[in-house]
Amino acid sequence: MSNTDQHLDHLDQLEAQSIYILREARVRLKRLGLLWSLGKDSNVLIWLCRKAFMGELPFPVAHLDTGLEFPESYEFRNRYAQEWGLNLIKDECPPIEMTDPTLPPGTRIAARKSLGLAAALEKYQFDGLITGIRRDEQATRAKERIFSPRGLDGAWQAAHQPPEFWDQYTIERHPGTHTRVHPLLAWTEVDVWRYIKREEIPLVPLYFAKDGKRFRSLGEIGITFPVDSHATTIDEIIDELETTRTPERAGRSMDHEAEDAFERLRATGYL
Amino acid sequence: MANAALRIDSLSTPVQSQGANVKKAPLAPYPIVIVGHVDHGKSTLIGRLLHDTDSLPEGRLAELKKVSEQRGLHMEWSFLLDALQIERDQGITLDTTRIWFRTPKRPYVIIDAPGHREFLRNMVTGAAAADAAVLVTDAERGISEQTRRHAYLLSLLGVRKVIVAVNKMDLVDHAEDAWKGVAGDVSDYLQKLGIEPLYVIPLSARHGDNIAARSEKMAWYRGPTLLEALDLLVPAAPRTEAALRLPIQDVYRKGDTRLAVGRIETGRLKVGDKVEIAPTGQPATVASIDAGKGSVPEARAGQSVAVSFIEDAALNRGQIIAPAGHMPHIATTIRVRAFWLDPESLTAGSRITLRLTTSEHPVVVEKFERLVDVEHLTDGEGSELGQGGIAEIVLRSSAPIAFDHASDLPITGRAGLARGGRIVGGCILLGAASNVTVAGPVTAVNNSVNRAAFEARNGHRGGVIWLTGLSGAGKSTLSMGTQRRLFDDGWRVAVLDGDNLRKGLNKDLGFAPAERLENVRRVAEVAKLMAETGTVVLVSLISPTVELRDLARSIVGDGFHEVWVKADVTTCAARDPKGLYAAAQAGKIQQFTGVSAPFEAPAKPDLVLDTSEMDIPTSSELLIAHIRRHLALSQADGHAVGI
Repeated sequence: MSNTDQHLDHLDQLEAQSIYILREARVRLKRLGLLWSLGKDSNVLIWLCRKAFMGELPFPVAHLDTGLEFPESYEFRNRYAQEWGLNLIKDECPPIEMTDPTLPPGTRIAARKSLGLAAALEKYQFDGLITGIRRDEQATRAKERIFSPRGLDGAWQAAHQPPEFWDQYTIERHPGTHTRVHPLLAWTEVDVWRYIKREEIPLVPLYFAKDGKRFRSLGEIGITFPVDSHATTIDEIIDELETTRTPERAGRSMDHEAEDAFERLRATGYL
Repeated sequence: MANAALRIDSLSTPVQSQGANVKKAPLAPYPIVIVGHVDHGKSTLIGRLLHDTDSLPEGRLAELKKVSEQRGLHMEWSFLLDALQIERDQGITLDTTRIWFRTPKRPYVIIDAPGHREFLRNMVTGAAAADAAVLVTDAERGISEQTRRHAYLLSLLGVRKVIVAVNKMDLVDHAEDAWKGVAGDVSDYLQKLGIEPLYVIPLSARHGDNIAARSEKMAWYRGPTLLEALDLLVPAAPRTEAALRLPIQDVYRKGDTRLAVGRIETGRLKVGDKVEIAPTGQPATVASIDAGKGSVPEARAGQSVAVSFIEDAALNRGQIIAPAGHMPHIATTIRVRAFWLDPESLTAGSRITLRLTTSEHPVVVEKFERLVDVEHLTDGEGSELGQGGIAEIVLRSSAPIAFDHASDLPITGRAGLARGGRIVGGCILLGAASNVTVAGPVTAVNNSVNRAAFEARNGHRGGVIWLTGLSGAGKSTLSMGTQRRLFDDGWRVAVLDGDNLRKGLNKDLGFAPAERLENVRRVAEVAKLMAETGTVVLVSLISPTVELRDLARSIVGDGFHEVWVKADVTTCAARDPKGLYAAAQAGKIQQFTGVSAPFEAPAKPDLVLDTSEMDIPTSSELLIAHIRRHLALSQADGHAVGI
């Protein structure tokens, strides 16, 4: 991938910036964890960590397990946790009865992850959590900071975010709070796919079309639905994304149940 | 009819698909920030831009209509970006956001920035990531407070490509005069900041005039539409040709090898390169570079790398790897132009943290030099900087800081300001300042006899004659001879000789750049104290760089005379009175000026004594004449009056 051009290639730039962020997180936060959803973005994240930290992953990787993942996802998790030498945390999320009953039904399933996350924070005392969210996925995520301070119970105070510029990040240490670190914030969906292709990063096969349908975004069974597609290779997926007008999270119920459903989830700790 | 059909057809084709059959490496989206005063229509402009380029995802328009109607509004474009409930309910943008779109030419990321002064921290967050800006101004209301403040901040953030959008032309009947009035005001203001506006476009965001399509209502306007203007912007050049700056982010170990990791901010780095590590200046040679895909022979600006060195160098986060001989400046007191974003004001004596790339320095606000009145661009006095304010201040650190001037190397010439881990402001670095004023618990005590009284009794003024030049140029010989002659004439003359001082006052210091700086600082401070008692102080010190001599000049103030004792290296090495050149050439002395460290010739010395052309007695005569001319109080017969 050498290029004689003066400019770094766009993917090189994104990679270098993400590695910079990961290394910064490692210096500035003492007890780091990485959230692995088993989806394409967090696979890219693990890949970047191994580059940033000279082939190793120097902190645990947590899969917040609802028990509702697709069988292909579990198979993928078990294989690559071993192959990549991950220190895997796979605690089960609290049941749906524990979630806020005023939330719409699909959103409540997703809210189990917020509870699972709160439990993991308590149990492992993380002060930094690395996640694979991107600004182009969803309008409230577009307002995120790269280093995002979370209050007690993981609360996101969207209206009171600190300034962030010139790669200078806010890290405040108060008991019971933590910092979310978002190394992929500047990436777009198609950037992720191009990078997966270039680096040959393994994926859950559900992303590729079968019988005219594929998953564009992977989540729990029952609240994640496939979209119409004939893309069976990464190249075909990239072509599809360059022309589609359907948003990435169209197949995610909780984004559409109410205007503020996703924001409410996020305010209480969801990714 | 055929025309209309064509139009609809081209509209329904997603812009993304144009040129999709040409397979090329993807371009990085060009980052544009939209700034301006609140309610001048920034969010509407963006909504319209996305709509008119057909860049909205499916269902988004319907969703917007629905939420607008729920709030009793017709069609609120700004809801596209103002995704938070509180933003929609209050009808204001709180935080910056990003949205992607593309033209046939290239992809863009549009950064929206809030216009309320209260949310300036979010405006800065957005604008700092941009390469160019669209400054939105209301055609009816004209240039307003935040228009100016945003423009000023753009200049501090280094965003110098600015398109001015004169919005709401529908409210002024699309009149050319109205546009001209606003255009003139905004352009005048920007020019005072050194920004030349690229285009000043009359438009109406609400109605889509001159956004993507040329407006028939403003046929008098011949410039580009907003979309055309965006496509005309030229991206910033890569930073590979500037001097190397690689701030160390962390130090890893791999087996027995220690690796400095970090991102190359400017320049390039090759295996085998000789570098220096600022601020200590320790030399090192690059042994290997890893840029994420194994070993590479070379890396350049923008890349995150892991570097090992042949020498066993002391590596720490915050140090800056630079080319040998091209280190950053090093100082403990720095003048900066700062912007402040915190509700709690910054005051003289405040303790904050300066965060310059990966280094962190606790600093004290030593002095307020001026407050900037953004409205009139005039200087004000004061010692308090409130939220949204801009000022030039002096920061003092107890440890040396390696930095560049913002005008030379912007990335290592700027810094964040933090308090308790939270970013509360930022600054660009203007240069080293002297440590003349003392802030904090130390109170200056005045001499019981003032300088004029000393000088009247001595019959001559006090002053500092700073002799700079290579080792062996004749500084010590000249100063000792001159002291004798003036003493015999009844003058009070002291000599501060570099070599002698290093045996006492400065015996804890070596020759690294930071230590040379401290050496000069101490000598200048002592010389100043003596000059204040009416003494003529002859300082003989190599002081090889402009920066060191400027520091001395700034400490001493009036009565500082820079004298260049000039002799070339060959002459000095031939004299070699102390055997130092022989030792340096044999590699026994590191960082020896003229052999392994540079000597920067003074640009404007007060006197030049070329000792390779003249003998020492002649040079001494010229020096004495210079001193008499400038420091004698009475010169009736060309001699000073004795006691």
